Amino acid sequence: MTLIDKPSAAIPAPREITTKPRISDKIFRGVVTAGGLFSLVVLGLILIYLTYQGYDVLKSQGFNFITGSAWEVVTDDSGNIDYEATDFGLAAMLIGTILCALIAVIIAVPISVLGALYLTFYAPTAIRKFMVSIIDLMAAFPSVLFGIWGFFVLMPSAEYWAKLLNKYLGFLPFFEMQVPVFTRSPFVAGVVLAIMIIPIVTSISREIFGQTPLDRIQAAYALGATRWAMIKAVVIPYGRSGVVGGAMLGLGRAMGETVAVYTVLNIVYQINWQVLLGAGGNVASMILLKFGEAGEGEIKALMAAGLVLFILTLVVNSIADLIVKSTGAKGR
Amino acid sequence: MSTTVAIPKPGKPWTATPKQRLITAGIYLSAALVSYILVAITPMKGKLAYFTLFFFASIIIDFAASYMQRGMASAKDAIARGFVTVGITFAVLPIFSILFEVVKRGYKGLGFGLFTNDMSAASVNDPLGSGGLLHAILGTFLMVAIALVVAMPIGILTAIYLTEIKGKFAVPIKFLVQAMSGVPSIVAGLFILSAYVYPITGSLSGFAGSLALMILMIPTIARTSEEVLLLIPSDLREAGVALGGTQWRTVALVVVPAAKSGLVTALILGIARVAGETAPLVLLTGGGESVNFNAFDGPMGSLPIYIWKCFGQGTEESIARAWSGILVLLVIVLALFTLARFLSERKETR
Repeated sequence: MTLIDKPSAAIPAPREITTKPRISDKIFRGVVTAGGLFSLVVLGLILIYLTYQGYDVLKSQGFNFITGSAWEVVTDDSGNIDYEATDFGLAAMLIGTILCALIAVIIAVPISVLGALYLTFYAPTAIRKFMVSIIDLMAAFPSVLFGIWGFFVLMPSAEYWAKLLNKYLGFLPFFEMQVPVFTRSPFVAGVVLAIMIIPIVTSISREIFGQTPLDRIQAAYALGATRWAMIKAVVIPYGRSGVVGGAMLGLGRAMGETVAVYTVLNIVYQINWQVLLGAGGNVASMILLKFGEAGEGEIKALMAAGLVLFILTLVVNSIADLIVKSTGAKGR
Repeated sequence: MSTTVAIPKPGKPWTATPKQRLITAGIYLSAALVSYILVAITPMKGKLAYFTLFFFASIIIDFAASYMQRGMASAKDAIARGFVTVGITFAVLPIFSILFEVVKRGYKGLGFGLFTNDMSAASVNDPLGSGGLLHAILGTFLMVAIALVVAMPIGILTAIYLTEIKGKFAVPIKFLVQAMSGVPSIVAGLFILSAYVYPITGSLSGFAGSLALMILMIPTIARTSEEVLLLIPSDLREAGVALGGTQWRTVALVVVPAAKSGLVTALILGIARVAGETAPLVLLTGGGESVNFNAFDGPMGSLPIYIWKCFGQGTEESIARAWSGILVLLVIVLALFTLARFLSERKETR
């Protein structure tokens, strides 16, 4: 009896098992999380600072900043901007941005998708490796290189293509020409931008096509499909939305491009729907052009224009990213 | 009496037979012939006409040949084959044109003096022998180095957060890094202008340029590092923890060393991404003409700005200078890219 009364010597007290991190791990996690949140901080700061700098302009112009199409700076005697009389309207450049980017996407996407199909399903391994390296390399080329190459090398050919388009498709309203100036047009800028976004659209399409479930591909072949029948029945339905996302990512890149467009395009502040006429512009290149001679007040307007461009590209990129991600997740 | 059994030679039944090769060659030859004849007898002319006609002729002849041999399904397959080949041709054609033209137009300006002189005593319109790129190469090197010092830890920490800690912010951070990689370079320049140059220093400097380059560099480094760290097998992490290591020691002593060459590749790709960045530098650095070692004071030259200025002058000499500058920039980007490829290839084969 007495033995049972004092069991405490034999049975240890229940121990709590936890995964409480050590102090070193806490510091480590804190530092890494801080580093990871840096991108959030940067994006937030860009938004805050550009809004802060452009606030006066945005407040005085209101919706006219987006819808107006004149950019006329009126200053009073002491050199300050007279916000009542000044006109800051971004519409002409916004339309130019979207026009150039759309031309680029229309040219680049078919080429990229066909190229990606070739790389994924047709190319022998050695050729595929070589071509993929080449296309990755092209994505790393600086934009000033594309711009100057486009100006000196591509422009003469592109001018000829533009003349052909005008001659045979001139009845379409956007291929019309009143004044025959074919150089430095949105069309040429669009072709240069297309060449710049081909690598990114190709590599995203290739990634998406590469994720096509192998069992479906093999099932199609086993049913006697040719390669094209397999692509039509399996790959295209699977990858369609991903390719749309890739195209939008290319659109976002093309809208934000500065130097290449500045080099190739003849920047004129007007709304121009005739893609073959040598006048146009986009927001980014307009900022670069006006920045040189801008006074304090106009720089604020340029900051506001930068804010609009930032938000525009952010929205396009985010939608594109979501579409690409959701394609990768489905169909398993 | 032994029976000799003929051992069949290993064949490759999937490769093209000589007859098939002959047919393929015949298709292309006849397509070339048709396009040549059509260009000769119709008003169409020029390289474009040859190319377009050759393309259509080869597809039509291939279509007909496949149809006669194997029927309609095979003929459609032939058309698709033709189109994807044209697609990849157009996709890689520009790069060969770019490489060829840059070398053709840029080599004239190359010389020893290009790497030992700056432009302080020469104007861009002087003959090609005078002046050089020293200030520009030095400026680019300094600014990229400063940007790298800041971007390297942040990029790699972001990648470690996404792959090792996988905290509750992982999904939004991944999204934000993707969004950051789409920020137009001119917006990065405007941001540094409004957040650093106007309120703090009031003057343009190389450091302001490197801050903008840093913003553009971080997403590239973070995304490439993330891919590299994801490839490290989790066995290694489990082994580290099983040996009693804390998470910090496991990451620092096991995971990161295992991914070392991949992380270096990420840094190199980050450098290649920003080495030719022009727009923010036009806004921020002031584009000096002489050698400047101090990134915090005075205008700083850089390769892209040099190219930009020479192109803007528009005279024969300055354009030739711009092409030489492009050639130097292109060689730098190519060297970085080849190095990155080499490192990641070695990683794969090990």
